[in-house]
Amino acid sequence: MTQPRFMAQVLNRRSFLATSAAALATPMLSRRAFAAPTELTMLAWYGHAEPDIVAEFEAEHNVKFVPKYYTGGDNMLGLISQSPPGTFDVILSDAEYVQALNAGGFVEELDPEDYALADYFPEFQNFPGNWADGKLFSLVARFGFLGVAYNTDALTEAQAANYNIFWDPKLTGKVGHFDWHLPNLGQMSLLNGNAVPYDIDETAWEAVKEKILTLRPQIGGFFDYGGTFSSLNDGQMLAFAGIGDWITGVLEKNGAKVRSVIPEQGGLQWSECFSIGKGSQKAELAKKWIQYITSAKGQAKSAQMAAYPALIPNQKGWEVLQAENPAEAKRQGMTKDAGNVIDMIRAGRIQYRQWPIQQDLETWNDFWSEYKGA
Amino acid sequence: MRRPISLYGLTFSLPLLVWQLLFFVFPLVFLVALSFWTVKNFTIRPDFNPVNWVTMFGKPVFWQAYGTTFGLAAAASVLASVVAFPCSYAIAFKLSDSARRMAVFLMVIPFFTSYLVRVYSWQIFLSDAGIVNVMLGAVGLGPYPMLNTVGATMVGYMTLALPLVILLQLFSLVFIDRTLIEAAHNMRCGRIRTVFEVVIPSARVGLVIAALFCFILTFGDFVSPVYLGGGDPTTLSILITDTTKSGQQWPRAAVIALTMIATLLVVAFLSVRFAYAGQAKGSRT
Repeated sequence: MTQPRFMAQVLNRRSFLATSAAALATPMLSRRAFAAPTELTMLAWYGHAEPDIVAEFEAEHNVKFVPKYYTGGDNMLGLISQSPPGTFDVILSDAEYVQALNAGGFVEELDPEDYALADYFPEFQNFPGNWADGKLFSLVARFGFLGVAYNTDALTEAQAANYNIFWDPKLTGKVGHFDWHLPNLGQMSLLNGNAVPYDIDETAWEAVKEKILTLRPQIGGFFDYGGTFSSLNDGQMLAFAGIGDWITGVLEKNGAKVRSVIPEQGGLQWSECFSIGKGSQKAELAKKWIQYITSAKGQAKSAQMAAYPALIPNQKGWEVLQAENPAEAKRQGMTKDAGNVIDMIRAGRIQYRQWPIQQDLETWNDFWSEYKGA
Repeated sequence: MRRPISLYGLTFSLPLLVWQLLFFVFPLVFLVALSFWTVKNFTIRPDFNPVNWVTMFGKPVFWQAYGTTFGLAAAASVLASVVAFPCSYAIAFKLSDSARRMAVFLMVIPFFTSYLVRVYSWQIFLSDAGIVNVMLGAVGLGPYPMLNTVGATMVGYMTLALPLVILLQLFSLVFIDRTLIEAAHNMRCGRIRTVFEVVIPSARVGLVIAALFCFILTFGDFVSPVYLGGGDPTTLSILITDTTKSGQQWPRAAVIALTMIATLLVVAFLSVRFAYAGQAKGSRT
C-alpha cells in the first residue's frame, strides 16, 4: 500500500520518531506542572481544610488536603489512637487535648526556630499547652473567648455582661446550653468566684454543682453545634451558656440579632493548636502548612474562617487583618485600641478552658449527665 | 418424619441466614464483647471486665433515662395507634379501591424524604415565631412554647412512625371478613359497638404489631428528642452520645445499647404473645 504523497513529504520515519520522542518528553521538561498534587491528611474541626483557608497553600505547594473532621476532642483522640502511625499528617486540637496527644506519642516534636513565634503576642509565645519539658509539640494558631451569648432584641450588652442574667425570670425556658460540660461548668465556677475555674477543691466543686442545679428550671434545651446555631438564629433561645463569638460571630455576619459578651465575672478561652502527626511521611510539607497558617497572611485568613471566626495570636496577622478587613478586625476586638482582646487577657478577665485538675474528667461528665436529667 | 433439606429451599433461605449473621448476630456478639472491654487514655482495650455494667447500672441517671425513654415510646405507641385507627378504618371500609390505592401511596410518600429533614422542617412550624404561632397570633392567641418540649418530641415521633402504623393497621383491617361485620349489624349491633366487639378483636394482631413497630422506632430514636425536644429530658439514645463524647466510653455505650436491645426483645415477645393470645382456641370471633 502506497503512502499518500503529502504524508510522505511531511512525516517521514525519522521526523515521526523525533516528534513522538518530543511529545513523550514534554511532561518531563515541565514535570511540576503535570505532577499529581501531594495529598496531605488533616485531622481537624470542620472548616480548617475548606477552600477559603487552604486554597492558596494548595496552589502554591501543589498539595491537596484530605480532611478528616471530628466532632469533639474525645472523638479526635479516639480517631488517632485507633489509627496506624502516619495516618494524619497535620492534627488540629484544642489546647487541653495537646498534652494527651503528647502523652500518647501521637505527635512529633516541633522546632521553635521553624516558626514565627517572635511575631506572636508574648502571652502566646510560651503557650502552656504547647510545651512539655521545654519541648514544643504544638503551635497555637487561633483562639476565642466563651462568655454569654445573647439575643440583642431581648437583652442589652450591659444586662448580658453578668452570668446571673441566666436566672432572670424573663429568660425562663429561653436559656440554652451548648451540650458539653467543660465550658458550662467552667463558667459556673467563674460565677462562684473561683479565680482558676478548673482548679477547685471538693468544697468549691460541690458549690459549683449546687449553683448550676438552681439554673436547671431556666434551661430550654441542650444543643449540639447545629442546634445551637438554629435555636439562636430563630430566637428560640435568648441566652446561651458555654459558647462565644465562634458561633454568634457567624450568625451576626449573616444578620442574626445575636452577640457574645465577656461577663464581669470573666470568660473562658479556647485555643486551637496545630501539630504534626507521629510517623507522618510528609512531615516537611506539614511543617510548611503550620508555617503558613501561623504566618501573618495565614493568620488573617484564619481569623475570617467561613466556618467560624477566631482571634489570632500573631501580631503581624492583626496588621494584615486590619488592612484587609478593618470592620472584622474591629468587630472581633483585634485592633490597637484600648480594651482589645489582648488587653482583656492581660487584665486577668480570661481563663484557659482546661480539664479539671482536682477532679477526674469523668466526674465532671457524670455530673453533667445528672444535671441534664435533673 | 423429618423432611430432607432441599437445594431449592436452601437457595432461598441462605441469603436470609447470611444477612442475619452478618448484620445482626455478629454485630450483637461484638457489642456484647465490647461491653466488657475497658478504656485507658482514650484507647479501647480488649478485656473481660464487668466494670461497665456495674458502673452504668449503678447510675441513677441511667435508670431515669431508661424510664423516660420507655414512657415516651409507650406513649407514642398509644398515641399513634389511637390517631391512626380512624384513618386506617376509613381507608379500609369507606374508600373505593382506587381511592384506597391512592391513600396507601400517600402514606408511603413520606418515606421518600429524609426523616432528619422532616424533623428540621417541624422547627419552622413549632418555634415561637414559627408558622403555628403566627397563625394563632392572627386570632389573638399565643405565642405558645412548643419547640424544645416533650410535645414537640411526640410530634417528631408521629412523623417517624404514624404513616407506618396506619399502613400496618390498614393491612390488618382490609383482611377482616366482612360477613362478620354484616352479621353484627344484622344482630342489631351498633356501629361503635361493632368496631369494639368485632373489628378491633379481628384485627388485633395487626393493631398490636403496628403499635410494636411504633415502640421499636421511637424507643431508639435520637433525632426527635434532640432536634425537637431540645435534648431535654435525656433519653437513652442521648445518653449513648453523652457517654461516647467524654472519655471514648464506647464500652459503656454498648451496655446502654444492649439494655435497649434486651428491652425491645422482651416487649416484642410480650406483644406478639398478647396479639395471638386465645387465637388457637378459636376465640377470634
